[in-house]
Amino acid sequence: MHLYRAHVLVCAGTGCTSSNSVKVMEEMNTLLLANKLDKEVQIVKTGCFGLCAEGPIVVVYPEGAMYTRVEVSDVKEIVEEHLLKGRIVKRLLAGEKEAEDISKSLEGVDFFKRQTRIALRNCGLINPENIDEYIAFDGYKALEKVLTEMKPEEVIDVMKQSGLRGRGGAGFPTGLKWSFAAQQVNDVKYVCCNADEGDPGAFMDRSVLEGDPHSLIEAMAIAGYAIGSSQGFVYVRAEYPIAVKRLQIAIEQAKEYGLLGDNILGTGFKFDLEIRLGAGAFVCGEETALMTSIEGHRGEPRPRPPFPAVKGLWQKPSILNNVETYANIPVIILKGAEWFSSIGTEKSKGTKVFAIGGKINNTGLVEVPMGTTLREVVYDIGGGIPKGKKFKAAQMGGPSGGCVPAEHLDIPIDYDSLLSIGAMMGSGGLIVMDEDTCMVDIAKFFLEFTVDESCGKCPPCRIGTKRMLEILTRITEGKGEEGDIEKLEELAKNIKTAALCGLGQTAPNPILSTIRYFRDEYEAHIKDKKCTAGVCTAMLQYTIDAAKCKSCGLCAKVCPMNCISGEKKVPYVIDQAKCAKCGACVEKCPFKAISKI
Amino acid sequence: MKSIAELEEIRKKTLEKISLRTNADGIRVVVGMATCGIAAGARPVMNAFVEEINKRSLNNVSVSMTGCIGVCKLEPVVEVIDKDGNKTTYVKMTAEKAARVVVEHIVNGQVCLDLTIGAVEK
Ligand SMILES: Cc1cc2nc3c(=O)[nH]c(=O)nc-3n(C[C@H](O)[C@H](O)[C@H](O)COP(=O)(O)O)c2cc1C
Ligand code: SF4
Ligand code: SF4
Ligand code: SF4
Ligand code: FES
Ligand code: FES
Repeated sequence: MHLYRAHVLVCAGTGCTSSNSVKVMEEMNTLLLANKLDKEVQIVKTGCFGLCAEGPIVVVYPEGAMYTRVEVSDVKEIVEEHLLKGRIVKRLLAGEKEAEDISKSLEGVDFFKRQTRIALRNCGLINPENIDEYIAFDGYKALEKVLTEMKPEEVIDVMKQSGLRGRGGAGFPTGLKWSFAAQQVNDVKYVCCNADEGDPGAFMDRSVLEGDPHSLIEAMAIAGYAIGSSQGFVYVRAEYPIAVKRLQIAIEQAKEYGLLGDNILGTGFKFDLEIRLGAGAFVCGEETALMTSIEGHRGEPRPRPPFPAVKGLWQKPSILNNVETYANIPVIILKGAEWFSSIGTEKSKGTKVFAIGGKINNTGLVEVPMGTTLREVVYDIGGGIPKGKKFKAAQMGGPSGGCVPAEHLDIPIDYDSLLSIGAMMGSGGLIVMDEDTCMVDIAKFFLEFTVDESCGKCPPCRIGTKRMLEILTRITEGKGEEGDIEKLEELAKNIKTAALCGLGQTAPNPILSTIRYFRDEYEAHIKDKKCTAGVCTAMLQYTIDAAKCKSCGLCAKVCPMNCISGEKKVPYVIDQAKCAKCGACVEKCPFKAISKI
Repeated sequence: MKSIAELEEIRKKTLEKISLRTNADGIRVVVGMATCGIAAGARPVMNAFVEEINKRSLNNVSVSMTGCIGVCKLEPVVEVIDKDGNKTTYVKMTAEKAARVVVEHIVNGQVCLDLTIGAVEK
């Protein structure tokens, strides 16, 4: 077998062939012979490189230089410069001619530029299964610092001064929570992490677990030191297999390095961490239910007080924080309370991660300073609403939250501003809705969720939410009655005050906020039997405009119910009694004669 | 058990390794492998990179994974970081595109501009 020192690949795909690659190849052949290179250099015909627009393509190995738009006249230069003298012909290299004005990396696009990443600082940057990479980015340095330089009280003070509030929903000050547990005198205390993430559409916590699990481990160890606990539990839903696996790997690595276990970093501090899997019940995200579930019982809430800081897991003083809350902690320790509290608003410090979804161009995960307006999130980072539609509302805070209508787009996102308009920060799910969304239907969607997830322990929630759902269903079916809105409001008020846990107490929020901002839509459903957004099918009619119909019969062909009839020259008609309201006919009509009213 | 000094040592060494400042011509390929990346097909992309790189015996190129970069709708997302720390973010990757990035960008030093986040976002 003959060995060649170089290979010249010439594309012989359809595209390049049509742009004259055959001629290029012939010329190459001729010139190789002329320069007595034919024994050293082999020409290889290849298939399409996928760059047809830039063809003909010639690639020279071993350098792998890719030449584009190679003309017959260029071949001489390639042979004499590159193949004889070993100098790559820059002028012909791929990409050299392309415009350089587009941003090549994530850092260059608005989506990223407008974010401030604290909790997500390492997500997308380090390999989550490699502890060394976390350490390289100052990982475990905060733990080092608290164990060697700080007293537990000092750690708690830093947390208090930083102004960090819980990212799991309610926004309770983290330092304060820790100080309650620290004050308890007890040999055994627990540190728990809420990684249950039950809100539909939310995945912030999952992303931290999957992208940066060590930051959680480090933070929980710091919390353990601060409150005097040597055992932690992470409660994760079993539906997060990748998150669970990465956390497991991280825990093992941390144990191997002596960052978990006895005598951490030779300081005598002891802390261990275990994972507990949840079965994915929304109510298990509630703190008392979560602890009951970790204990091995059915996850039902219990009345508070006593609060977990006094009597939590196995009746011992315990703290529970959310994944994102923890993810902030190592940085706060390293950079200081002042640095952290300089970000955000007066009463909401730092950043918040949102999982933005729904009718928005850039769905994904964003972290912005508190106080950023909803408009900035939706338009500047989220890229606005697809298809040029209008923004109608954003549902924030999941089933416990409420919606923010267009008139409040300029509201700064922080705990208190959101509460003041009947919405809530929640855990960070942010669902954007456009003009095609029916707000009654949205309220119904969230209520269906709570009805399904209610644990059933207390009647206001078990029975009350069900009654509310029945009323909503009636309204969307076009059977709403005068007085329904008032009935809903009355029920909501009672459930909010009488339910045992947060699930029931917040269940009416989506209804109350949609009534507050979109009462006219409720009224249109009830009084005029009309769904203005065209969503509630029971109130829709598909009709054919006789003036526009050209009797082509296309609609009748696609109708799955065979309820469109007509004949030549006579406008077609839809038999309303049989119509299933699938909308197939609308799309088909070439004359736009069919409309939904 | 590691001591604080040992951690510092790891910190330094790994940072050098991943920022490649001391490694003359190393290139790092980082594939987003969180749930949404994997769901969008990050695994075959990662495999394609490993395969293409092995095929060409490019021993100065490392392939590793990372978590969610945030732009889920553009997944699979791959970042190529060259020896100077310049980063290129490729989005909506496929195994075929991965092969192209290896040939054009990693071997030839020519960024596949049409596959970058800036081009796709336009
Ligand atoms: C029904 C219900 C579900 C909840 N689900 C979650 C959840 O999935 N994740 C979470 O972090 N907090 C959830 N919470 C809030 C927690 O009970 C608790 O307040 C929080 O985890 C405390 O952590 P933080 O102070 O760091 O926010 C839920 C609360 C209720 C009432
Ligand atoms: S409010 Fe609902 S979820 Fe909470 S305890 Fe009562 S029935 Fe269970
Ligand atoms: S909406 Fe569907 S069922 Fe009704 S007429 Fe059109 S195609 Fe037939
Ligand atoms: S497709 Fe349109 S034009 Fe044709 S018969 Fe149906 S309604 Fe009339
Ligand atoms: S035919 Fe040559 S690149 Fe497609
Ligand atoms: S998991 Fe990749 S961007 Fe979200």
